[in-house]
Amino acid sequence: MAKTLYEKLWNAHVVHNEPDGTALIYIDRHLVHEVTSPQAFEGLKLAGRKPWRTSSIVATADHNTPTRRWEDGITDAVSRQQVETLDANIREVGALAYFPFKDKHQGIVHVIGPEHGATLPGMTVVCGDSHTSTHGAFACLAHGIGTSEVEHVLATQCLLQKKSKTMLVRIDGKVGIGVTAKDIVLALIGRIGTAGGSGYAIEFGGEAIGALSMEGRMTVCNMAIEAGARVGFVAVDETTIAYLRGRNFAPKAELWERAVSEWRDLVSDVDAKFDEVIVLDAARIEPQVTWGTSPEMVCGIRGDVPAPEDFSDPVKREGVARALQYMGLSPRTPLSQIKIDKVFIGSCTNSRIEDLRAAASVVKGRSIASNVKLALVVPGSGLVKRQAEAEGLDRIFVAAGFEWRQPGCSMCLAMNDDRLEPGERCASTSNRNFEGRQGAGGRTHLLSPAMAAAAAIAGRFVDVREIF
Amino acid sequence: MEKFVLHEGLVAPLDRSNVDTDAIIPKQFLKSIKRSGFGPNAFDEWRYLDHGEPGMDNSVRPRNPNFVLNQDRYVGASILLVRVNFGCGSSREHAPWALQDCGFRALIGESFADIFFNNCFKNGVLPIVLPKHEIDALFGLTEFSPGFRLKIDLPQQQVARPDGHTIPFEIDAHRKESLINGWDDIGRTLLLAEKIREFEERRISQQPWLFA
Repeated sequence: MAKTLYEKLWNAHVVHNEPDGTALIYIDRHLVHEVTSPQAFEGLKLAGRKPWRTSSIVATADHNTPTRRWEDGITDAVSRQQVETLDANIREVGALAYFPFKDKHQGIVHVIGPEHGATLPGMTVVCGDSHTSTHGAFACLAHGIGTSEVEHVLATQCLLQKKSKTMLVRIDGKVGIGVTAKDIVLALIGRIGTAGGSGYAIEFGGEAIGALSMEGRMTVCNMAIEAGARVGFVAVDETTIAYLRGRNFAPKAELWERAVSEWRDLVSDVDAKFDEVIVLDAARIEPQVTWGTSPEMVCGIRGDVPAPEDFSDPVKREGVARALQYMGLSPRTPLSQIKIDKVFIGSCTNSRIEDLRAAASVVKGRSIASNVKLALVVPGSGLVKRQAEAEGLDRIFVAAGFEWRQPGCSMCLAMNDDRLEPGERCASTSNRNFEGRQGAGGRTHLLSPAMAAAAAIAGRFVDVREIF
Repeated sequence: MEKFVLHEGLVAPLDRSNVDTDAIIPKQFLKSIKRSGFGPNAFDEWRYLDHGEPGMDNSVRPRNPNFVLNQDRYVGASILLVRVNFGCGSSREHAPWALQDCGFRALIGESFADIFFNNCFKNGVLPIVLPKHEIDALFGLTEFSPGFRLKIDLPQQQVARPDGHTIPFEIDAHRKESLINGWDDIGRTLLLAEKIREFEERRISQQPWLFA
């Protein structure tokens, strides 16, 4: 019978089935960071249990780490304790790879896994982080999990899961110039809502997804969780295989040939049936900017902020009214008239080399607007940072007035010192515009790296296609 | 894990859609390496008028009188009534830890985000999904009947209102069994250790590149 890619990935990992459909799924790769792991390691120890297979672990410190003045270390004592706890835990149990604070390979967990080839097609990947869906770009079943599940995976190398329903999101045709992976996924979330993918595993397909680089596909899969789906993925094709060739932990020689021949089957069969199919026309997708406090509150750059009365559902109407009040926006304001205070280019969504190149190409030879108080570029990893520096991107950003920082999660969630002050408005390439996400009272607008760069130059949101 | 069999408690309403886990427990409190103590900072940005940081004495912070959970009538509530997509966003298990630490044993709503939903079960907190018309009615009853309480019967899978109306709900058999017995998932899974080992050995021989 024809199978979807999800069914193939699922079937390949089932260790045991319960009568109610709950399954025990084997986990190939376990990514670990400092925020969601300490309680899991402690729980393991208290129960007198040993980790099952520590060679499945790739760990790094990313959420709490500062992005400047590394010579001072981590000055926040509570953050430092958390990072030191990760150090101690990994030193005690071991790992396939550990990139501690200040290591030259340190970076955001969802950036370093793929760049080292530690994320391979057909794997199950878990991490105590909802953006683990990123790794689905490699035809992986990649789940964000809670800390109890981190402990469960450490102890058993398995996860208890119920099979999801399947959704195909097909992006037909080609996107226009200036329209990126970020715009595709934001447009999708605008269409189906932040709960639209709840209970589903989303496969992204269609011509526009096939045309994306692996980095673009990671951006799309990264935000599957913002559409409510715990996993999102893309089938294997030549782009996938070309990206992996020669990476650190990718197979070599004869094993590479064997692996590649298996990976080529990691696609949905032609006649496979999905529970739901959503089709978007790529040519109609405009550069997107969010205007509210949920990623579904989004529209094209040529649009206006909506009014609560545009929504018929009373709960939704109330939500929009509250969002506009929090965001300090009036209905019918054109997005292009909204001025910004800060710019953040970074996060597991958009901090890879292609993101930085796209932003730098807009910034080159220009300067940030006088009303922009701070414009940050935070590379996703040490490798990305050095690559960007080798290409001279850092000098382009600095010449324009941006700050060029050390890698980490930074102002995506503002656990370190990089944050918005109350009322500040930010053009951000991150993934969540929730109230207070980038700092209490801060106002976040999500958009692509090229659009964030254009906003930095203009001091307001602007259609990047007018700058090209 | 604390067992969940029967529970009767005061209901507090949180009438918002898409309540995200950043709102339930803001990021500055995630620096803790413990599982407990998050309760006073649940909904911190809505609950207090000042900005909260770890280590503050929360008992002296100015409370937001407009935030529903600060109202006297909901003090001691153990059932939280919510709307759509509650718990969306970050996978932080600190969210159910914080709710549990505030005294909530059950959540009743139209829908929950997947990861949050799952995290609740791992902590003995029962999230119950009910149809929209039942949720609408419960919001009405909670608002207009001070002291409104509900009885939750997990073995029977039903929620009972004081007027005798009962509402059935669905739950996976595996989760139900774990909650009723207070079982730890890890202990249950390790009973299958032999099966896991066999699966792993087969995988190592068939796909050795996954075990580099």
